[in-house]
Amino acid sequence: MTVLDKSAQLTRKDRGRHADRLFWALCVSAGFAVLVILALILVTMVKQAYPAFSAEFFTSSTWIPNDPDGDGPAKPVYGTLAFLYGTLVVSAIAVIVAVPVSVGIALFLTELAPRRIRTAIVTLIDLLAAVPSVVFGLWGILVVAPAMVPVYQWIHDVLGGVPLLGSLFGEPRSSGRSFMTAGLILAIMIVPIITSIAREVFATVPDSDKQAAWALGATRWEMIKGAVLPHSFGGVVGAVILGLGRAMGETIAVALVIGSSVQITANLFESGYALPAIIVDQWGESTGVFTAALIGMGVVLFVITVLVNLVARFVVRRAEIRMRGAAA
Amino acid sequence: MTTTATRPAAAAPVPADLRRSALPLRRRLTDGFSKSLMGLALLIALIPLGLVIYHVTSRGIAVISWDFLIEDIPNSARRIGGGMGPAVAGTLVITGAAAAMAIPLGVLGSIYLNEYGKQNALARLIRTMSDVMTGVPSVVMGLFIYVSYVLVVKEQSGFAAALALGCLMLPVIIRSSEEMLRLVPDELRQASAALGARRWKTTVSVVLPAAISGIVSGVMLAIARAAGETAPVVLVAGTVFASNWSLEGANTTLAAQIFKNAGEPFPAAQERAWGAALTLMVIVLLFTVASRLISSRFAIKER
Repeated sequence: MTVLDKSAQLTRKDRGRHADRLFWALCVSAGFAVLVILALILVTMVKQAYPAFSAEFFTSSTWIPNDPDGDGPAKPVYGTLAFLYGTLVVSAIAVIVAVPVSVGIALFLTELAPRRIRTAIVTLIDLLAAVPSVVFGLWGILVVAPAMVPVYQWIHDVLGGVPLLGSLFGEPRSSGRSFMTAGLILAIMIVPIITSIAREVFATVPDSDKQAAWALGATRWEMIKGAVLPHSFGGVVGAVILGLGRAMGETIAVALVIGSSVQITANLFESGYALPAIIVDQWGESTGVFTAALIGMGVVLFVITVLVNLVARFVVRRAEIRMRGAAA
Repeated sequence: MTTTATRPAAAAPVPADLRRSALPLRRRLTDGFSKSLMGLALLIALIPLGLVIYHVTSRGIAVISWDFLIEDIPNSARRIGGGMGPAVAGTLVITGAAAAMAIPLGVLGSIYLNEYGKQNALARLIRTMSDVMTGVPSVVMGLFIYVSYVLVVKEQSGFAAALALGCLMLPVIIRSSEEMLRLVPDELRQASAALGARRWKTTVSVVLPAAISGIVSGVMLAIARAAGETAPVVLVAGTVFASNWSLEGANTTLAAQIFKNAGEPFPAAQERAWGAALTLMVIVLLFTVASRLISSRFAIKER
């Protein structure tokens, strides 16, 4: 029997071991950075915004950020209800417009389009996602808003007399900067997100389900209705919620086209305000409690978007688990 | 036997008519209608894209020139002429610094998720939280850097903006790099381990090189996204009218200048906004296209 070469020691403990631990520690701390940043966001911002939090912060729609009469009896009022309302209205419009469009595109891409066209369209949709939001805002304020005024006027003339719809489609602003314009611009911006997630969801529909539908003599639409849609409903809901989250946090485009007036009105053609928009608009001129109020609105926005995102992930994950179960 | 032979052929079962024209009219119409709706949806999304690109190009090209890219910003919005030099400088400096901070952190984080943590509780938490962090609005990130950095050093600066953009890029890089690391076949790791390489050695010299093009592609997309971010820059960077190539002191970016000038009623300011928009679009598109090219090369390598 030959003696093993002692130089081939496979359990060397001295070198490399420390490097291994160090590298592991580096990676873990990088991973922790995410958790730390998220926690810091909440803690530092709440601390800074604390002076502004009061009952009226959440219940009043009056926004008088600067002391109206110096040392007089009147005090500044920081009520954020109008901004919350604007954010909700604008993102609701965006989601209502964007969802059918995105689901349509996703279906077109997964079920209808030939392979070569598919890559081209995916590239175009990616391009739409790549356009910076401030460019959409610039285009919205200088091109879209003025161009939409006659359209709004026409809709108002046609539907203005109808009882319930009439209050939604009231007299339009002459500048065209309104809830509706902001909602439409936002819709364009969230279409790529919803489309890409919906596409992933549709792609997970098992082929056997589709083939079963074909074998029963279904037309393409009947196949989609019977096999694709029921299977992917949960996932699409998740995609929509994610789009909603993005719409609520979108700042610059909305700040430019919403028209910047603090009011709560049912008229979608009137100008309004949104939570993120007021933060960038009035940031430069704010001091003291005024700044705290703006940061406070940031906290509200943060909490809302985090909740919306968590719910969306939860829905998507549950849908995925269900789908995997069905495919097995 | 003869009886079967003489049986008339007409008695054989008629094959079902499978031609499309045999479908009831209503089913055929519904099918055609739904298909055209899908096509229409695509058209609805592509028209705004075409219009944005058309307007930005046609109105930006009239303004843009070499001078526009290097000249200082006029300090009065209504003045004609001037350029976007400081904004171009600021965009490059701030985005570059943000990338320099976010890329190492993001890639290391993704290595933890895919090579060490895998499916344990901490990794799952980090994964969920980075998804959540992707959804945090950019304006909130700007406020966060304001209260945690600007208020501490008492100065608005390009570095603060870079911090905010870095925070926005971090989760995007983590998640996209993790996807890429997951594509690296386990055989490579096992082969490296069999040769006696330590875990970190395997990761750095085998796994990372195998995934590098995918990671770079994801990073490019994140940079493109960050270059167009506006709100954090508006909140924490302040503004300047002359180029500032350092991270210290106030700075500005193309996106922030577009935002500022778009709201002005003066045609001169609006023209500068269109010019800046075209410049920004070109920068963003360059990064996006580069990212696609790199990732398509990766796809070939994988096959």
